[in-house]
Amino acid sequence: MRFALPLAVLIALLALFAVGLQRDPRRLPSPLIGKPAPAFDLPTIALPGPPGAVPPPARMTQADLRGAPVLVNFFASWCAGCQDEHPFLMELARSGEVRLVGIDYKDAESDLRRWLGRHGDPYAVVLSDLSGNTGIDWGVYGVPETFVLDAQGRIVFKQIGPLTPEAWQRIRPLLQGSAS
Amino acid sequence: MSAELGHFALILALGVALLQWGVPLIGWRRRDARLLAFGASAAHAQFLCVLVAYACLTYAFVTKDFSLAYVAENDHTRLPLFYRVTAVWGAHEGSLLLWVLILSGWTVAVSVFNRRLPLEMGALVLSVLGAISVGFYLFILLTSSPFDRLYPVPTEGHDLNPILQDPGLALHPPVLYMGYVGFSVAFAFAIAALIGGRLDGAWARWTRPWTVTAWMFLTLGITFGSWWAYKELGWGGWWFWDPVENASFMPWLAGTALIHSLAVTEKRGLLKSWTVLLAILAFSLSLLGTFLVRSGVLVSVHAFASDPTRGLFVLGLIGVVVGGALALYAWRAPRLSAYGELNLLSREGLLLFNNVFLVCAAGVVLLGTLYPLVLDALGLGKISVGPPYFDSVFVPLIVPLILLVGLAATVPWKRARLAESLRRLRMPAAAALAVGLTLPLAIQGRTTLVAVAGTLLGVWAAGTAVQDLWRRVRSKADWRAGLTSVPRAAWGMNLAHIGLGVWAIGVACVTSFGAEKDVRLAPGAHAELGGYTFVFQGEREAAGPNYTAQQGSVLVEREGTTVARLYPQKRLYASQGTVITEAAIHPGPFGDLYVSLGEGYDDGSWSLRLYDKPMVRWIWLGGVLMFLGGGLAASDRRYRLARALERRSAQAAEATAA
Repeated sequence: MRFALPLAVLIALLALFAVGLQRDPRRLPSPLIGKPAPAFDLPTIALPGPPGAVPPPARMTQADLRGAPVLVNFFASWCAGCQDEHPFLMELARSGEVRLVGIDYKDAESDLRRWLGRHGDPYAVVLSDLSGNTGIDWGVYGVPETFVLDAQGRIVFKQIGPLTPEAWQRIRPLLQGSAS
Repeated sequence: MSAELGHFALILALGVALLQWGVPLIGWRRRDARLLAFGASAAHAQFLCVLVAYACLTYAFVTKDFSLAYVAENDHTRLPLFYRVTAVWGAHEGSLLLWVLILSGWTVAVSVFNRRLPLEMGALVLSVLGAISVGFYLFILLTSSPFDRLYPVPTEGHDLNPILQDPGLALHPPVLYMGYVGFSVAFAFAIAALIGGRLDGAWARWTRPWTVTAWMFLTLGITFGSWWAYKELGWGGWWFWDPVENASFMPWLAGTALIHSLAVTEKRGLLKSWTVLLAILAFSLSLLGTFLVRSGVLVSVHAFASDPTRGLFVLGLIGVVVGGALALYAWRAPRLSAYGELNLLSREGLLLFNNVFLVCAAGVVLLGTLYPLVLDALGLGKISVGPPYFDSVFVPLIVPLILLVGLAATVPWKRARLAESLRRLRMPAAAALAVGLTLPLAIQGRTTLVAVAGTLLGVWAAGTAVQDLWRRVRSKADWRAGLTSVPRAAWGMNLAHIGLGVWAIGVACVTSFGAEKDVRLAPGAHAELGGYTFVFQGEREAAGPNYTAQQGSVLVEREGTTVARLYPQKRLYASQGTVITEAAIHPGPFGDLYVSLGEGYDDGSWSLRLYDKPMVRWIWLGGVLMFLGGGLAASDRRYRLARALERRSAQAAEATAA
């Protein structure tokens, strides 16, 4: 019997793979939709911005996100999916359509600097969630995840996995609705 | 025209592989020596066919035949000749062709070197290898042919991915594939043993050199990969726990376990069914690696184009090959396993521990690599598991493993006396302690717990290996006689263990003392790092054959004397509109200085990343030593002698029968 065990393990693994290949990974509702963004108080990371830019305050809370719609992007330098979405975030930042706030999830600051230095920095401000506690409060399963907040600081949309141009097409009307 | 010839040769190779699979199997059922002997001829014919196909594709790349879709995607008129040749394996279709070429090469090698094997055994091995080739030919021909034509023919190609335009890449995939594919031979031997019912010390002795050869290439391939990533990805890191890296590392761990359990099976006739299972596992993990890289189920830095049909095909292939093997195992292994006494305080006992640690390490890497996929399959969202997980689970497994290396080299087979072994280990232990405490201080002037622990482990592994060689040499009266009396296998084993030690020292030092700094410097300004002064002297334009670059000039000084001039580049490959950072590295045996160029600003200043990487080369030196050790071990005289003896006895038996 014990000689058949490896075969059983293989069958279980193959079943998982087969299901994994079929799935569209980005469909999952968040219980936070329509609710105010969970509270946080995180240090910001000082990054070399364009000359003359105003440096961000040393710490920020959820209150600082109010006033205009904002995308809160949980990411990390060690995350492959984040690298995947990065060019699109850069494009979004260049277009200036929306403010991007990055929350660096369980990541060493030096790694982050290196990563942003290499790939470019699309964020208006980057906060450091070294312990991952904010991620837990926000219900982050894993990076990358992107929350769309309206001007009142309510979560109106959550993207699990890389932010794609298709997802952006769904997000944009939500922003226009909340701005007016 | 040549493309059609290549395509046709590939179809022909499929036909030959089918024969190579079926005919010896029928011969085995009917006990027909002529049919059994057919496998070797088929292997040679198959190799010829796939070589023609490969040559045709290479010809298309060299002559820039953009009427082939694959060439148009990965070639460019201004790509240098060297990269036009290596671009053949720069993407999915061509790298699969390289895969079957290497598989076919291994098959030919088996058919040549195993003439001394019992005919039935050799024929079954070739049959299994033929079956694997059939699967891969079908994969290429049905889902990913590199010979598909494109119409209208583009006037210019899309160019080879610029991060692959590096000499490191020229070496990395072929060597890595040599290792991946090489495990198919150990796999075929295991299946042949299960079918034929012969699983003994002789079987282990036949399998060992093949496994060690595959393992040494995989080691070298991973080493090249790490070196390439360090050089080319511009992050100054040497290992990222990227899924594709893990895909090559898992078979390595399983293969390392296999090498050690084969030793136990050969010397003591124990752990037989476990060894067979490991042989299946090592090759299965190689296949899994292919699946992970090719299917895009896991997002990765290196992953090539993803395509669900290809993923499903590889999945089916894994299902058939590995599922078939494990079903055969479940059916036949109970009859083949032997029960014998295994004393834990003996070399075989310690090697069993070694296997437990290695397989657990492969298991946790597998878990970390697949966990995102499992969560996804269960509908729990898509996540990425990163280095924090791997570092925290891998280190506790590798540390006892290195301790075991020293212990197992000292303890004899069968039964050891604890006091005697401990007495022998006093010298290496003292050396490890002394060097571990002083070396980091001597080189860096400061020390950390990680540096002490890593150096201690490294000196321990290397020291016990040196001691083992020393004892062997000293056992003869004359040192010259002693030197020649040491078998190559012992040189190889100890050299590989020294390599492991060197690797550990490198890892410990670079993680403890590596320093980095992000700076923004105007021309003429300078920054300090690790006792060096980096002066940014300005930036200018530079051009290569198919790119334009902004090239910074950095002068590195130490106490007023010039250490190096570094020219990091930011290259724009116009063909793909891709910008690549080309770091400038000043290499040294005790540390690298590494500068890469960031963003340029309007006022003429640049952001630069500076790294001081002490002992980083020791990591790759360790890998190269393991490779050389594997080479020595695989070429041990014992295997050749044993084969000659077996052949003579087989001939004698035939003569008596006649």
